[in-house]
Amino acid sequence: MANKDITCTVNGKQRTFTVDIRSSLSDMLRGNAGLDSIKHGCDVGECGACTVLINGKPFNSCIYMAIWAEGKDILTLEGLSDTKGTISDIQQAFIDEGAVQCGFCTPGFIMSSIPIINKDTPSTREEIRKQVAGNLCRCTGYEHIVDAIEKTQKKRIAEKKKN
Amino acid sequence: MYNFNKLYEPTSVEEALRLKKEHPEALILAGGSDILIKIREGKLAGCDLINIYMLEDLRGICLEDDGSILIRPLTSFTDVSMHPVIREHVPVLGEAVDQIGGPQIRNIGTIGGNICNGVTSADSATTLKAYDAVLELTSLDGIRILPYAEFNLGPGKVDLRQGEIMTGIRIPKESYENTYGHYIKYAMRRAMDIATLGCSVNVTLNDNKDAIERLRIAFGVAAPIPIRSTKAEESAKGHALDASLLDAVAEGAIADVTPRTSWRASKEFRLQLVKELARRATKAAVEKAGGTING
Repeated sequence: MANKDITCTVNGKQRTFTVDIRSSLSDMLRGNAGLDSIKHGCDVGECGACTVLINGKPFNSCIYMAIWAEGKDILTLEGLSDTKGTISDIQQAFIDEGAVQCGFCTPGFIMSSIPIINKDTPSTREEIRKQVAGNLCRCTGYEHIVDAIEKTQKKRIAEKKKN
Repeated sequence: MYNFNKLYEPTSVEEALRLKKEHPEALILAGGSDILIKIREGKLAGCDLINIYMLEDLRGICLEDDGSILIRPLTSFTDVSMHPVIREHVPVLGEAVDQIGGPQIRNIGTIGGNICNGVTSADSATTLKAYDAVLELTSLDGIRILPYAEFNLGPGKVDLRQGEIMTGIRIPKESYENTYGHYIKYAMRRAMDIATLGCSVNVTLNDNKDAIERLRIAFGVAAPIPIRSTKAEESAKGHALDASLLDAVAEGAIADVTPRTSWRASKEFRLQLVKELARRATKAAVEKAGGTING
């Protein structure tokens, strides 16, 4: 089967990968880029464990063709920590609030929460739930996950007001 | 890795049409949230694909000179629900597609794919049917304009002829002007679920806002294909805004639907839903139009 070169921005850096055209974006990001935060969960777009941001919006990378990534700006969980490897506020909030148990769903949940925590006005818990409705967690019962997202959103809004 | 056979990658709509003519068996790949999954499950393994997802000419929404709303088929559900033209003129369509799957599915799933799959549960289908949408189907021979009412031929079967690709969905001005709609999706979960039953109603009231001038009602999963209930619509025409309006709409709807028993719900439960959702959606649409149901 044919290969193709795909050039895209991954976590702020422009990269080119040679992929089999039958690859999914999750195959490319795990296999070619070595980004293991992306989990192969259901592989059919149900569980959200492979969620990444493409041009700022959450997508299931398991049902996204790698060839569609050409020219796109992709952000994965690895792109959230700074150059020294210090984790971001949303990751810390997941730890502090007990939103991580087995941890398999966590990268996907955190990526789905990025558009919410960057909003300028506070969301209701119902709105937060709607924004992470495409992610499944079998451990936590979701309450602590919503707590972590809510807390980080509040913190970021307060920081914006200060500046 | 997706187990498909050949992949064609047109860079223009014209090239896509040529490829579709040359390879009639190849499937059109839009957002892939149905096709890629069916390939994974083995149902479509080994198929040939024409990838049109990258064709920007088939994406976007605009208001045309004659006031028609033109929705290009690759527009994602998220973009449909966020678009200012939809929010201003047919907010119910945005509300309906905002109930599909979860955020990730709404970002990849396309409104054209939703319709071309031809399934009865498609959340966009009921509202588009209820607004008398008109489809633009293009082949190398030209453009065929087809009322959406005539598009569904059977479960999963649509009137896309050899070499044709859907290139536009239009909602005419007279269809949305002074018209207010409401969609109810009944499902077991509030997200990531397929409708057990869907009901989309829109109404135009008279100048005094005390009677129905026009009511249109469509159902999903109440028949093998998304359907309108003409009996409900006829009995509502000119009807005063009283409690018997809701009875008339519900009774008319029951006469037109043919739901079946599936693992999601029984036929009897679906019939109950048809009556109840018809009443609730009609009431909500009337209220959005500035009317109140008396009694």
